[in-house]
Amino acid sequence: MVNKTVPKSSGSVNHPKITAKDLHIWFGKTHVLKAVNLEIGCNEILSIIGPANSGKTTFLRTLNRLNELEANFKISGSIELDNQNIFNIDVESLRKKLGMVFALPTPLPLSIFDNVAYGPKIHSIKDKNKLRKIAEDCLKEAYLWDEVKDRLGESAYKLSGGQQQRLCIARTLAVKPEVLLFDEPCSGLDPISTAKVEEAMLKLKENYTIVLVTNNVKQAARVSDKTAFFLMGELVEMDETNKIFTAPRHKKTEDYILGRFG
Amino acid sequence: MKRNPQRTEKIAFFILLLSALLVVMLVGLIIFIIIEKGIGALSWQFLTDIPRQGMRAGGIFPAIIGTIYLVTGAIIFALPLGVLAAVYLSEYSKDNFLTRMIKLAIVNLAGVPSVVYGLFGLALFVIFFKLGVSIISGSLTLGIMILPIIIATSRESLESVPYIFREVSFSLGASKWHTIRHVVLPNAIPGILTGTILGLSRAAGETAPILFTVAAFYLPRLPKSIFDQVMALPYHLYVISTQVPNVEEKIRFGTAFVLLILVLLMNLVAIIIRYQFRKKKRW
Repeated sequence: MVNKTVPKSSGSVNHPKITAKDLHIWFGKTHVLKAVNLEIGCNEILSIIGPANSGKTTFLRTLNRLNELEANFKISGSIELDNQNIFNIDVESLRKKLGMVFALPTPLPLSIFDNVAYGPKIHSIKDKNKLRKIAEDCLKEAYLWDEVKDRLGESAYKLSGGQQQRLCIARTLAVKPEVLLFDEPCSGLDPISTAKVEEAMLKLKENYTIVLVTNNVKQAARVSDKTAFFLMGELVEMDETNKIFTAPRHKKTEDYILGRFG
Repeated sequence: MKRNPQRTEKIAFFILLLSALLVVMLVGLIIFIIIEKGIGALSWQFLTDIPRQGMRAGGIFPAIIGTIYLVTGAIIFALPLGVLAAVYLSEYSKDNFLTRMIKLAIVNLAGVPSVVYGLFGLALFVIFFKLGVSIISGSLTLGIMILPIIIATSRESLESVPYIFREVSFSLGASKWHTIRHVVLPNAIPGILTGTILGLSRAAGETAPILFTVAAFYLPRLPKSIFDQVMALPYHLYVISTQVPNVEEKIRFGTAFVLLILVLLMNLVAIIIRYQFRKKKRW
């Protein structure tokens, strides 16, 4: 499926899709993110690595404004999507543009088909044939179609963990997002399922901008174009993935990548 | 005497078992006595005829119909209101002074004696709103009485729907109401129905709330509209047990038996619906 909603930034690969400027976030009195500045280019995969409590997931959930659901959430600084402040975009259409895949597989208690169709139905696609077409395209894009095409009416909970996670990817794709946010998508999966999800991600890069939060440093090295290292709520450094992994500028980055802490 | 842990264990087990059995026996005994003494009164005529000879003969049809009307009315009023209030409290409201007051009020509402509801219904619906002693007054009074039960159980079942389902729905661009309507509520229905069952049984069996608001002492015909009075089984039972001399025992117990069966039947409907929804539950 070619996603037509992705603006192919007039040839330039470095056109920033998402820009965060001087971003601070607090939950109550806890200062979770401190002065984060970063740019994410169109059609690239950015990995965010870092130990627990470094603010990776918080950053991700700020992009699609899920953090706002917390009562004591506070933010300063700005985040722009295609040069537009995300807080000026209506929250429902923003979340439609920034699809999210959660850490654990989270199928809704519906059939496989209805899981994928849930998103398009929100955005008032009612036609049965259209929904069927979307479901097929998205399941193919998530490398799941062949495994489920004969059992679309079954409960999503009958699938294995890895299949469920790919179903969640398909469900996210079904609302035609421009950016995909992956929050440790393989933390609950075995190596083979992980490989399949990674394969899907590399393919998805052609049409989407991807932000991948991961605890698995090797996964970042395998799939991403750029890597950002977060530590204690600060962005320590961000660069091309091969530079980060061969010649990191900061000692802490090197230590973390080599597994000396974290 | 030395402590023997095995013997202590055995004694504890015996006491626990005895308590459990005692409960079952009490319920069994009630049902047994009612059936044993009342079964003789049951007949087609008893179920479908109006009371005759000062309620000493004939049937209890108007009272059966009256109870069905009242319970249905109470549920029609209390279920939507209770569920919507529960949705507000568990999904929308923030934890502040106002919502804490609302929650406290609901808890207190559950503890109000039923005769107080009866007086309240008399003052508000019968007199103030000029609805008169009528089915609508009685239904509203019973509805208010079962409101706290429905709100409490609905809130509990809404809150038992995993939070991540809501986040998934939001992350796909769904609004809050869409999420509640399509993800949260469908998965909370079994719990809400449990509350409905509890409320329904309570509404069917109470005498005090309908005493001043709807129940007719003796009205050997069916109600003409919801603004009419009506007989009701619990009140009828009270009347023939204490107010009318020389009523045969089997008629009294027969009436109690019919009330019991009616409540069970109405519960059964809710239980079947709940079973259908539980089958679909998939997490």
